[in-house]
Amino acid sequence: MKIGGYVSGIGVLGPGLDNWPDTAAVLSARRAYQPAPTVLPVPALLPPTERRRTGRVVKTALAVALEATKQAAIEPATLASVFASSGADGHNCHEICRALALEAREISPTRFANSVHNAAAGYWSIATGATRASTVVCAFDASFCAGLLEALTQVAVDGESLLLIAYDTEYPDPLRSKRPIPDAFGAALVLTPHRQAGSLARIEASLGSEPCDSLPDAGLESLRASTPAARCLPLLRQLAMHTQGRTVLEYLDGSNTLVEVEPCN
Amino acid sequence: MKPLLVKEFTATSCIGRGLDQTLDALIAQRSGLKACTFETVRLDTHIGEAAGVDGQQVPAELKRFDCRNNRLAELALAQDGFLEAVEAWAGRCGRRRIGVFIGTSTSGILETELAYRKLDPLTGALPANFDYAATHNSFSVADYLRRRLRLEGPAMTVSCACASSAKVFGSARRMIEAGLIDAAVVGGVDSLCLTTLYGFHSLQLCSSAPCRPFDVARDGISIGEAAAFALLTPAPGSLNGDAVLLLGVGESNDAHHMSAPHPEGDGARRAMLAALAAANLDPGAIDYINLHGTGTPSNDRSESQAVSRVFGAATPCSSTKGATGHTLGAAGALEAVISALALRNGLMPGGAQTTHIDPALSAHYLLANRRSRLARVLSNSFGFGGANCTLILGLAG
Repeated sequence: MKIGGYVSGIGVLGPGLDNWPDTAAVLSARRAYQPAPTVLPVPALLPPTERRRTGRVVKTALAVALEATKQAAIEPATLASVFASSGADGHNCHEICRALALEAREISPTRFANSVHNAAAGYWSIATGATRASTVVCAFDASFCAGLLEALTQVAVDGESLLLIAYDTEYPDPLRSKRPIPDAFGAALVLTPHRQAGSLARIEASLGSEPCDSLPDAGLESLRASTPAARCLPLLRQLAMHTQGRTVLEYLDGSNTLVEVEPCN
Repeated sequence: MKPLLVKEFTATSCIGRGLDQTLDALIAQRSGLKACTFETVRLDTHIGEAAGVDGQQVPAELKRFDCRNNRLAELALAQDGFLEAVEAWAGRCGRRRIGVFIGTSTSGILETELAYRKLDPLTGALPANFDYAATHNSFSVADYLRRRLRLEGPAMTVSCACASSAKVFGSARRMIEAGLIDAAVVGGVDSLCLTTLYGFHSLQLCSSAPCRPFDVARDGISIGEAAAFALLTPAPGSLNGDAVLLLGVGESNDAHHMSAPHPEGDGARRAMLAALAAANLDPGAIDYINLHGTGTPSNDRSESQAVSRVFGAATPCSSTKGATGHTLGAAGALEAVISALALRNGLMPGGAQTTHIDPALSAHYLLANRRSRLARVLSNSFGFGGANCTLILGLAG
């Protein structure tokens, strides 16, 4: 059984990857990949008071979501959303656990409100006025495919147009040693049930057990393997190459996700 | 939407282990809330602690998943023949064709909180036996259940704060309708931890007394813990009259504030309308509403307005959180199970702990149990980040 939709906008941000056009050039080998610390933009969508309260995870998610919707020329408020992330705000989580280990056990209300896994979804909805359904999923290293399947079932079954946003950021020590995500990475896809003027490709996903694809460039492969959200890179590579093809994305033990890509030309 | 059969269901919380104890407590309007003595917590508040979680074991082969949240999941799984029912269904449709979708807000974070007290004094490192993936990570509980039930289909955790385990019903519904799976284990598991107890306290949202939803003197929530599960399958052509169906799921976002509801309950209203539209029902078709009803002044005011705008002031409603406490990420599934019990037993549970209904709230709140045949029940779950989800369950006959 396959579920499909149209990719009508893409946003990317990661180490050495500043946006989708830049990432597409790297993935299609038109430019060499040069890893560098992820540069997070100020979340201009948010009012200054909210801006100060947001951590790296929210900044990452909002940046790629905004790029994807701009590219799709779709008003963000009209879209449902699926957020996929292995962890929430790692720095915030560390500060809460540190405070709870002290005698006083004082944690700030803002820290607690920001500790929910759906913080980025909340800030995105507030910033854009998006009142449609917003779902936040996690499947540890399989979080990208969990989000992709959730998103495509909404597109295929309910005819929703939506944003899929996959993102992860690093934990500080000591959690970092147990969950060594190296840096912030995010990718967003605008998925629509029908082809639009700016649609890039139709994708169809199904479950399978073939071995998952890796990336030819060692630096990009390292990023894919170390960051759950970056498990999407083989799909982005296929989209960047503008050719018909298929890719197998890493999902759960013994089960991967096959995605067929048909460019819109 | 195409109705789904809620083939099996079970719940464990502070009011009981399994369906019989849960129903008995609801009939007696018995609350499981007590003064907080959890772990080393020193807060003037009440909690809903499930009995026997500390003593629960997880199977040896899943030892790395051992934490309070997964112990609670294991405890609940053993009730009402749920585990055996899933096994029988796996034999029928195959392990790859059953999904696992679980809601939680804090998963096994308690393990990390405790581990931070034991950091190496020289290096600051976490204890060597601390297992992030199997305890702390939000997926831990869905991963645990998938392995425990030996299922091989899609799996994920939905973590949208206190709407989490209502939303899993929607995810499962779409996956089944898309034909990717033939059945789904859905549910919610959330257990007591310091982050939520001290966190809600920091927001001044915890009552020092047992919570009193919709009461004029309500002053906050009581945090509880629960695990509740359902096995969802497509509805066959012929069903017994007492079969429970999932008729509608409606989701929305407030787009208003991270930790406060929309003052007029606009998002809540849209979630209820979306669920009614999915079920193809008019508001008059709903016999009883199991409210989100947390017991904070603003939450109940917001929800009451939303309910009144959709249903008027006649539809009977109540919150069962005065009995169970607010079980956060497990609340949606727990209250879906309570709604199924309400349908099966013709019981509209009166709200425990509440004595004087706030005259400013126009919803028709029940203080005492009411017995009558119920055909359809609506259940609300709302959370931080503006997440809203409404479920509609009904009897087949």
